[in-house]
Amino acid sequence: MKPKIKNYYNKNEIELADIARKLRALAIKSVHSAGSGHLGGSLSAADIISCLYFDEMNLNPSKPMDRKRDRFILSKGHSCPILYSALAHKGFFNREELLGLRHINRLLQGHPDIKIPGVEFPSGSLGNGLPAAIGMAQESKEKKLFFRTYVLLGDGDMQEGSTDEALRILGFIKYSNVVAILDANKRQGDDKVENVLNYLPKLASRIRSYGWLCLEINGHHIGQILNAFKTAREEHDKPTFIIAHTVKGKGVSYMEDVQKWHGSLAPTNEELKIALGELGEK
Amino acid sequence: MKSNNKEPFKKPDISLRQAFGDALVYWAKKYNNFVVFDADVASGTGVQIFKNKFPRRFYQFGISEQAMMSAAAGRAAASNGRTIPIVTTFAVFATMRAHEQIRTFIAYPKLKVIIASSHVGLDVGPDGPTAQATEDLATMRAIPNMTVIAPADYNQMIAAFPKLLECKGPVYLRTGRSPAPHVYPQIPSFKIGRADILRKGNDVSIIACGVMVARSLIAAELLEQKGISAEVINVSTIKPLDKKTIIGSSLKTGAVVTAEDHNILGGLGGAVSELLSKNQPTIQEFIGVKDIFAESGDPQHLAKKYKLTSSDISKLAITALKRKFPPKPFTTKNMNHQYKLLKS
Repeated sequence: MKPKIKNYYNKNEIELADIARKLRALAIKSVHSAGSGHLGGSLSAADIISCLYFDEMNLNPSKPMDRKRDRFILSKGHSCPILYSALAHKGFFNREELLGLRHINRLLQGHPDIKIPGVEFPSGSLGNGLPAAIGMAQESKEKKLFFRTYVLLGDGDMQEGSTDEALRILGFIKYSNVVAILDANKRQGDDKVENVLNYLPKLASRIRSYGWLCLEINGHHIGQILNAFKTAREEHDKPTFIIAHTVKGKGVSYMEDVQKWHGSLAPTNEELKIALGELGEK
Repeated sequence: MKSNNKEPFKKPDISLRQAFGDALVYWAKKYNNFVVFDADVASGTGVQIFKNKFPRRFYQFGISEQAMMSAAAGRAAASNGRTIPIVTTFAVFATMRAHEQIRTFIAYPKLKVIIASSHVGLDVGPDGPTAQATEDLATMRAIPNMTVIAPADYNQMIAAFPKLLECKGPVYLRTGRSPAPHVYPQIPSFKIGRADILRKGNDVSIIACGVMVARSLIAAELLEQKGISAEVINVSTIKPLDKKTIIGSSLKTGAVVTAEDHNILGGLGGAVSELLSKNQPTIQEFIGVKDIFAESGDPQHLAKKYKLTSSDISKLAITALKRKFPPKPFTTKNMNHQYKLLKS
């Protein structure tokens, strides 16, 4: 039985929530097949990815090299199972490929590789997505292509110095065609963010001080996510930073806010069955 | 620019960073697809002249080398090669501080980015070891997909530049800080992967790159006075190496001296050694910084103290020649040692 979707969503939002549910199931299946991977951060980002790929971004899988397509960088590259699921669901490659994740001689690498259709930039080393967006946004502006660049950051990205470099630069040069979304699930590799290196206090005001428009939302509320993107589009002087408060492992009861599901591990056959059951998928 | 080349050897020495700046300006109109990234060192890397003439193609990143390198990757990826970013800073900042960005975000996806570094080797001089990059050839060479170029003088820099734009994949370009003597009387032809035999000889091969090429030519003259015929090869492409020329020369002479303003580990000497030990095992001596951090000082004085001068090259060439002669016959003194060697 499909889980009930909250009734205050409109038709489009219900559709996006349903896609997020499917993407979660695909990601779990692919990590199960891989034998390792990072599900916690994949599930926390599912709703944001669903809104980006199936509503916000201008993308056409039949024209993957269209110069005016919007660009997306998954700076938290270890969460690639959810990105691959979205690309497969969108039609960039065959869904069968998801089961070849992390296998030798197969398409899907353990972290994003530019050779995978739909992947715009490699990642897996944290803190490099936002700097890369500077170059992408530059190309859009200088060549008058008018595409937008979206970067999904994780808690770990916010601890890297290079992210700060890019925050300063983008705020200074006022590129309003960049949208950064922080999937703040507040757990990282070893422990809670507050126990490792707490970057969260006064985060919004710090980002605003660099010259950004900063919004704070619930990263699992489809309406709030879409509204934030809309606000970003209406901003013409500043880049936009969306702090999306999320729950690690969201959507699967035994993974939610449980440290070990950061990764890198895969669900057992039994766990897979429970997870898919909870998501209403086979 | 052509009129300058009539009497090049009478011209004052010109640094390779200035050559790089001139190359940018000289080729900017024909190749309108490149842009220059800088991290607040335009006057140090020689790109100030380009900044003044083509401000719209110049991007300032402030002192944020890692972000600059990833941004170059982003620009190249988003433009699908239509725009070629040329990232310029000192070699230590480009190849060491932003090394991972070069490896994972430029070389791994094989993006068309040129990384042009000034301030290499002891040629840096008074700034001291923090700025004297003596590891850049080794680290850049170890990255798959990377082409590594070190021109020898002003004219070769001008000749090389368009080829770097035209080739596929990322390029590391080594320039230099201090005035460098001229090697090529005119703008030569340049091909990536081709080494130039600048002087023919039969007794010993001197294989050099960058500022060491001019010193090697003087060393060859010193050797000639002693009746030794030295071949001088300018290896301006460290990767991919010109296998044919290097193997051919070492086959002919049977003794090799490599000369580079770089650590003797892993750079040109290492590359030549790797090539020869597999294809044509040859006696080799190494001129370079001997795996130590140097110090501040005038580049000429540093070259003398750290044994990078033309007379050092000629001395080592003679050492190599001596080693080339057949080993001593068995004597009672060394018999045990020789026997052990044979047995092992």
